[in-house]
Parts: sequence; structure tokens; C-alpha cells
Amino acid sequence: MLNIEHIKQKGYSILQLSGEVDASNSVDLDAAFQEILSEGAKRILVDGSKLEYISSAGLGVFMSYLEEFQEKDIQLVIFGLLEKVHQVFVILGLDKLITLKPNQEEALQAIV
Amino acid sequence: MSRKLRLYCNTNQLVYLREFLDSTLQSTTMDEIEKHQVILAVEEVCANLIIHSHSCNPSSFIEVKAEIFPDQAIFEIYDFGQGFNILEYKEPALSHVIKSKRKGGLGIMLVKKIMDKIEFESNGKKNTCRLFKNLKSK
Repeated sequence: MLNIEHIKQKGYSILQLSGEVDASNSVDLDAAFQEILSEGAKRILVDGSKLEYISSAGLGVFMSYLEEFQEKDIQLVIFGLLEKVHQVFVILGLDKLITLKPNQEEALQAIV
Repeated sequence: MSRKLRLYCNTNQLVYLREFLDSTLQSTTMDEIEKHQVILAVEEVCANLIIHSHSCNPSSFIEVKAEIFPDQAIFEIYDFGQGFNILEYKEPALSHVIKSKRKGGLGIMLVKKIMDKIEFESNGKKNTCRLFKNLKSK
């Protein structure tokens, strides 16, 4: 079960993920990114503090946007990941490719 | 201890796999992070079979047998039909995954990094992928 909430703030957007991302629902995460991009967002924060699980299907969604984000100068920061989920990013070396921050405050500092 | 689960080939079954693995691993010495990773690795193999070998056909199935020994957890994943030999699969470089914008390719990488040993065998009909995870002694 995955819930995605899109919160628009002045100057940035937050995607709040709750639950589990696997091969059955990673398309929903992809659709959320499509929507946020279609609105012209330039600064995207992903709140991962309620994300209990992510498989390669979900990680692949993040990876598939990295080049586009770089080309369009879009900033992406994921914050608040639980340690067990954070470790999955580390195993693959994704922590070197995506900015990960422990909390929203530090995530906001990273996009200024 | 040995437990078995039959999973029909629909990705919405993966949540039941995670529940099965979570309860099976309760009796081991694994901490939360390690348990999470082992569940992930087994799911990656199963998701791969469900999606790529069985095209999400809900009338076909795969089976997962979990065996817990004092020093090792062994997961046997069986399917019937066109086999997928995980050992022969060359996972792409991360840079290639980014460039190609493909959303796959990371799963097998995770399995190989998390598990201590992987075996694959096939008799032409039944395929078995065996994943081994060493356990710390109590």
C-alpha cells in the first residue's frame, strides 16, 4: 500500500510517500513525478519519513529522472528516510547520486 | 524450520510474500536492517520471475521455500517454464541505468550485494534459484 501526497509550498513541492513501493505500485510514483514536472516544479523534496519499504522498481523511478532533472536544472532532495530504507540506497550507491538529508530543515537548506 | 508459499504471478501478491518472509525471519538473529534487506532480495527475484518469466499471468505461479538453520537462511524459489538464470545475468552499470532512463536493472544488483551465495539450476521444466544468507551465531 502506497500513499502519495503532493504538497505545494512557495518555491518548492513536497512529495510525501507513505507505505511501501514495490513493482505493483511504482507506476503511481512515476505518475506523481510526471504530474509535478508538468506543473514546472524546479525544486522537489521527497518526504520519505513514512516510507517503510522500497524495492528496485521504486528506486528505478528515481533513477529514470536523474538525467532529466540535471538537464532541466531541477533539484531533488529526499529526506527523512528510515535507516532500513536509507541502507538500500547506500547498498546501490544511490546516496552518491541523489541528495539525501535526515530531515526537512536540512533538505530545505540543500535546495536554496 | 521450513515454510513454503505459493505466489500467483501478479505483482499485487508481493505484499503477501513480504508478510511470509517477515514472519519466517522473526526466529532468526537478524536485526531489522538485515531482515529488511533479505526480504528485499527475495522479493526482487520473485518480482523478476513474475514480471519477466511469467508476464504477470495470474494463472501461473512460483513457489518460495524458506529454511532457517542456526547459521544460515536458505530461500528456494521455484518456477516452471522459461528459466531465468540470475548467475548469467550481467547487471548494467549505474551510469547506464541513468542514461537509458530504464526503470529496471537494479533488482539483481541488490540480490547479489545482499545475499552471501546464489545458485541456479534447471532441468528444463522446473527452475530453482537458491539464495543463502549467513546468520550470526546467537
